[in-house]
Amino acid sequence: MVRLRVNGEQREIEIEPRRTLLAALRLDLGLTGAKEACDMGNCGACTVHLDGEAVYSCLVLAVDCAGRSVTTIEGLAAGGKLHRLQEAFIAADAFQCGFCTPGQLMALAALFDRVPQPSDAQIMRALSGNLCRCGAYQHIVQAARAARDR
Amino acid sequence: MMTRREGPAKVTGAARYSADMRLPGTLYARILRSPHPHARIAGIDASRAAALPGVRAVLSSANSPAIGWHESSRLFDSTLRYIGDEVAAIAADTPELAEDAARLIEVRYEPLAFDLDGERRKPKLEQRGDIARGLREADVVLEAEYRTQTALHNALEPHGCTALWQGDRLTVYESTQGIFAVRNEVAEKLGLAAEHVRLITEHMGGGFGAKQIAWKHTVIAALLAQRTGRPVQLMLERTAENLASGNRNATRQKLRLAAKRDGTLTAIDVRIDLEQGAYSVGGEDSDVIGTYLTLYRCANVRAEQTALATHLGPAVAFRAPGYAEGNFALESAIDELAERLDMDAIDLRLRNYTTADQREGKSFTSPESLRRCIARTAQAIEWQRKRPGLGFAAHDWAAGGGWPPAQARVEFRSGKARVIVGVQDIGTGSRTALAQIAAEALAIPCDAVEVELGDTAPGLYGPTSAGSATLATLGPAIHEAARAAKAEGSAVAERRDNPKDRSIRTCGAQAVELSVERDTGEVIVKRVVAAHDSGRIVNPLLHASQVIGGITQALGYALSEERIVDARLGEVLNANLEEYKIPTLADIPEIINVSESMPDTEANPTGAKGCGEPPIIPTAAAIANAIHSATGLRIRELPITRDKLINGVR
Repeated sequence: MVRLRVNGEQREIEIEPRRTLLAALRLDLGLTGAKEACDMGNCGACTVHLDGEAVYSCLVLAVDCAGRSVTTIEGLAAGGKLHRLQEAFIAADAFQCGFCTPGQLMALAALFDRVPQPSDAQIMRALSGNLCRCGAYQHIVQAARAARDR
Repeated sequence: MMTRREGPAKVTGAARYSADMRLPGTLYARILRSPHPHARIAGIDASRAAALPGVRAVLSSANSPAIGWHESSRLFDSTLRYIGDEVAAIAADTPELAEDAARLIEVRYEPLAFDLDGERRKPKLEQRGDIARGLREADVVLEAEYRTQTALHNALEPHGCTALWQGDRLTVYESTQGIFAVRNEVAEKLGLAAEHVRLITEHMGGGFGAKQIAWKHTVIAALLAQRTGRPVQLMLERTAENLASGNRNATRQKLRLAAKRDGTLTAIDVRIDLEQGAYSVGGEDSDVIGTYLTLYRCANVRAEQTALATHLGPAVAFRAPGYAEGNFALESAIDELAERLDMDAIDLRLRNYTTADQREGKSFTSPESLRRCIARTAQAIEWQRKRPGLGFAAHDWAAGGGWPPAQARVEFRSGKARVIVGVQDIGTGSRTALAQIAAEALAIPCDAVEVELGDTAPGLYGPTSAGSATLATLGPAIHEAARAAKAEGSAVAERRDNPKDRSIRTCGAQAVELSVERDTGEVIVKRVVAAHDSGRIVNPLLHASQVIGGITQALGYALSEERIVDARLGEVLNANLEEYKIPTLADIPEIINVSESMPDTEANPTGAKGCGEPPIIPTAAAIANAIHSATGLRIRELPITRDKLINGVR
């Protein structure tokens, strides 16, 4: 039995030690926002926050999250109000298929939590581990800048 | 600007993709794949796998129905023709258990000789005029050989589905570009009536051509679900995605371009080999010769392409199949010819401009649009201000005009409309653009239009999302249905045929400015400028995303992406997102979209055409031409990686 805090709520799951955080979120906790695209830490589509840090949830074992705090894309809009990054993503059309979007947003949100007014270089660095095959990068960066400058 | 309507769902994680279906009792499936490029299965013992607690079914050639598949093979064939070919499948309580079980299946393989060079299939030849005469009339003849690589689609969402049976009826939540294409094929393979199979694609994480046909995993999931009486989710792992779900075929293009001193083309002669992989899967018929026959006015053309069957994963359409490959060679060669003729590269293109489709013998519905795209691109990049590192390429694309048949239903009550169509939104924003078309026709705000799509159940046929077809196919049908619904409350309209006496095309031009690092051979693209004819631009924001996205993919095709195969083993060495180099954020230059709206009302009453594929077509040639301008080096092989440049630059 593993106890962890997910999007502010205490949760308990019974899992095999080898289950990744990504699989636990998706299969045991019903939170399907984080996506499995490569399952080996190459693409960033599974990015969530672990104690406030952006991590690839496919590279973290769920048992190692015992007693820790996880935030997923489902927890980004506080009290039903969209995060400024989410609003900026919609306005800039910072996605096409949307499969990488939860990961892109969580990577950026971790940066914005730490540095409310990040530089362009910090934005680029925060996004450097997140692939987008539709090629929305230009609009993603525009969205991040717009959120910062708002 | 109107933003896409599924935006809130996509930024909150609420948008549901095939693997997000959470049905009670779902089993998870894995496919065991061939470790040999060519082998016969001498025996399969799945008893240990089947005995593992939590494993619910194992399927293989030993116990599955003999369903015919690619060419004359079977769903589970006893002969395996590439590394990644399907051997067996498992359904288990968890994905981890399914993986364990796959390792416990004991297969005795008899390896066979394999061939990566390829066995030649029947050539496809098209010609007009007299090549010999064209060559005689010429002052200059350019001969060159170009090569393009095998590229992998790598949509971030892998192929996959969740399948469930209710009685004798099958529902599949599939990541597909063609709900009707897959429904019909799955029904046929399983011997069901088409109406007994329902395909649902609410959201899908990219396809780029690879998800336009029915692949084996869907039928395998359906069989496992049938056998176990439970829903089965079968998503491909990234490796399988790279090995066994299609690729853009590599090409070798030997060409001759002949021209008079004034630049007039007198002959185009090209022979193309394309690597097709182990099977002809349908939908892979990339028309590499197409652009040679249509982009420029030339009386004498001979274009031939031959597919080569190899023991590698099968090819399938990849965004602008054939044209991305052909354009790289033709538009690089046109620049080479301009240099020989001491002509400006754009002047040479305009000298051979055509207003007619010479393949079909019909004039274009938008005969001047390419000229406008060329002019806008040249202006935006300041072409007249000659400087090293500038490159240009034009392109055409045979599609984008829409593919009838299709049907649309529009219901209109108290100022609100509901549009129902049988297409899928593959990430292009179809829901939004189609709502805009209906809103225009009904003269109501777009917010008052609801769009339902991605489900075969209403029985309204929609085409596969391919050939940049969705908007141009469904838009006119929705337009017509909406007008009728205004009077009658509800109406279904059939997409009318395209005009018979004219040819609809899309086209465009791109220019690139770059530099090449002397010490490393690294190409630093500064900017890409693009103008494409998509007819009327219905939604400028979504159109920009398509143009920028296509160019971003094209940068990978031009500079970094290549499937690498170990020739001794027949094995793909980079079947993952670590070593197969798709562009990252750091690789992206400024991309400037200067496309203008050019309503093509000869094509259809909405004036809109497609924009999905065109942006990927001319980028590679423009980059190669810019590299030549920057360094004097002519690279005739994609991708243009540093190793090809460093020796020449230093």
